Amino acid sequence: MQKLLLLGDEAIAQGAIDAGISGIYAYPGTPSTEITEYVHASKEASEKGVIASWAANEKTAMEAAIGMSYAGKRTMVCMKHVGLNVAADPFINAAITGANGGMIVVAADDPSMHSSQNEQDSRFYGKFALIPILEPSSQQEAYDMVHYGFELSEKFKVPVLLRITTRLAHSRSGVARSASKEQNEGSLPSDLRQFVLLPAIARKRYQGLLDTQPAFREESSKTKYNEYIDGNDKSLGIIACGLAYNYLMENYRNGCPYPVLKIGQYPLPTDMVEKMVDSVDRTLVLEDGYPMVEELLTGLLGRGLKISGRFDNTVPYAGELNPNVVARALGLEDTYGTDAPNLIVGRPPSMCPGCPHVDSYKDLLEALEPYSNGRVFSDIGCYTLGALPPFEAINSCVDMGASITMAKGAADAGLVPAVAVIGDSTFTHSGMTGLLDAVNANSPITVMILDNSTTGMTGGQPSAAFSKVEEICLGIGVEKEHIHVLKPLKKNHEENTAIIKKELEYQGVSVIIPTRECVVTLNRRMQAKFKNKKK
Amino acid sequence: MKRDIILAGVGGQGILSTAAIIGLAAIEKGWYLKQAEVHGMSQRGGDVQSHLRISEDPIYSDLIPFGQADMILSVEPMESLRYLPYLNNETGWLVTNDKPFINIPNYPEQETVYNEIRKVKNHILINAEDIAKDLQSPKSANVVMLGSAVAQLGIEKQYFENAIKGLFGRKGEEVVNVNITALEAGIKFAEQYKV
Ligand SMILES: Cc1ncc(C[n+]2csc(CCOP(=O)(O)OP(=O)(O)O)c2C)c(N)n1
Ligand code: SF4
Repeated sequence: MQKLLLLGDEAIAQGAIDAGISGIYAYPGTPSTEITEYVHASKEASEKGVIASWAANEKTAMEAAIGMSYAGKRTMVCMKHVGLNVAADPFINAAITGANGGMIVVAADDPSMHSSQNEQDSRFYGKFALIPILEPSSQQEAYDMVHYGFELSEKFKVPVLLRITTRLAHSRSGVARSASKEQNEGSLPSDLRQFVLLPAIARKRYQGLLDTQPAFREESSKTKYNEYIDGNDKSLGIIACGLAYNYLMENYRNGCPYPVLKIGQYPLPTDMVEKMVDSVDRTLVLEDGYPMVEELLTGLLGRGLKISGRFDNTVPYAGELNPNVVARALGLEDTYGTDAPNLIVGRPPSMCPGCPHVDSYKDLLEALEPYSNGRVFSDIGCYTLGALPPFEAINSCVDMGASITMAKGAADAGLVPAVAVIGDSTFTHSGMTGLLDAVNANSPITVMILDNSTTGMTGGQPSAAFSKVEEICLGIGVEKEHIHVLKPLKKNHEENTAIIKKELEYQGVSVIIPTRECVVTLNRRMQAKFKNKKK
Repeated sequence: MKRDIILAGVGGQGILSTAAIIGLAAIEKGWYLKQAEVHGMSQRGGDVQSHLRISEDPIYSDLIPFGQADMILSVEPMESLRYLPYLNNETGWLVTNDKPFINIPNYPEQETVYNEIRKVKNHILINAEDIAKDLQSPKSANVVMLGSAVAQLGIEKQYFENAIKGLFGRKGEEVVNVNITALEAGIKFAEQYKV
């Protein structure tokens, strides 16, 4: 069969379609977004009736997937690494309930923080939950691992974590498909109390999970994704996880002289690791993310084994791996072109010309002029770019939803007025509950919900808040006379500024909803309309 | 044979469609391909780059090692210089469009940017925009620029033509022909280019 040129994300999506998923659930987040987008756009998936659904947040996505698994069908749930924090509660508990239909959780990590607030390593979540983890080194492996992961999940009746990083997610290569599988017939769990985590049941289920750990390790020793490749020079042995294997082989295109243990499945295969450390003088661990494998091998006191990696600075502790970092870790000659000339200046991302957020910031900044600086709590979305010049308008961006709750806390501490700036998608993701806290405490805060009808930052996915923001605020209990829907346009600047100014003075919760569509999605919609007309 | 190419530009300038033409040409020639793209935050008007690796032999890393790129292919002059640490000092080529994209207040003096480009041993500085306008197809500037790089890519011209047919075929014969003419104009520019 002809190979498809797919991003790592797309390979996972195609794998899921071919492995017979019945539903995929996700909240967008770089670098995971393209998985669900691909299934969404796939004709094949829609003909098969696969549900491809954007959820309000990662937690609701995870829970929908658990429900689909309960009902006996195969399901996938996708998120960026920090999304797994949001979904951690159902994730950890799903390991205890176990799966019925196969369930794969995809977590896309972002080492070097290309588009994220941190570079946390999702493998720790998999280890924490005590479930198998798969980590592909190529687009083809990503595709194959989805088929394999569903089998694994159904064999052991547990969810499986598929961990990828930005480089794989957003890199394209040839992928050969394998035979497609029909969707599962629905079937309920044989024990209808399996998913009832009352303590007495949970204890039993947890013990069952603990008892299965040796079988997971055995599986890791048998799998083709963990491979011991012997080498003649035993002065060094290398454990290379996921993509690290590629960076290693990039430096040894004609073969690596040292023994190599290529890791693609966890828990670690104890026998293979033992074979390596027993036969070499020193072991180098190459892994993208945190030094998880390295820490396991080193132990707290680091006595005994000679292990190199991020702890001893053979590899820098922070940041993603690349061929040069690995070359230096191996003591090989490094290569470098020439320094970029000094005249080059930075080109930070910025909001699009015509973006509604630009007008909202202009209004807000002018309304805030009478007050001292440092009182605008923002959130995560295109409007976070308001932190950069020329606006320099915001003072925080921590996690999705934190704007409203941080403003409340700061107001409790006496910072009045405190302002929250949050996007529509972020508001329904995790801002609504915080707003309820503020309403219940009658906090003197002004909340700006920038409603651009979309999830802009991640490429314009539909927003769960679409045309509901005002009603949600009313429902939560914000007083009607303190909710204002504005149109952020230059010509309305004075009027809008006056309204915000007045609400800043109000000693309770006010909500300002500047409402105008993102110009990118607007253009896209208009182009599609034009095309349809031409047909 | 292999070619490691850094594609450079500013978010929204369409470097991925240029990458797609080269990629398709390479695939049709039977080569392997890996292409690391930039999605997300920096696409919003920030600097973007893509690592395109094509080779007769299987490719390991998705990223090109520093100092080993065979080419920097850039749709923006200042951006082409940002990736010099990746370029092979001896054999590498820097091919760039000359039209600055100015969305920052402190963009350097244009001439000084050109002077830095001219210091690179193997380079092509092409006014792809003007050439495309002369051809009555301002939209095909990126294809003109790609044309000027073709001689250094190790892939015969016909593969690029087929790739253009594959990618633009849906839009009709005229669009295909315009782009093939643009490709040829770029090739011709490079043949006559004097450092
Ligand atoms: C927990 C979590 N999930 C997902 C993301 C990725 N993410 C960042 S901004 C954003 C979209 C925000 O949309 P919205 O609030 O409507 O603002 P807009 O970008 O449209 O202005 C998403 C999904 C994240 N940073 N954290
Ligand atoms: S994508 Fe939309 S919301 Fe984001 S900066 Fe551009 S116009 Fe604004």
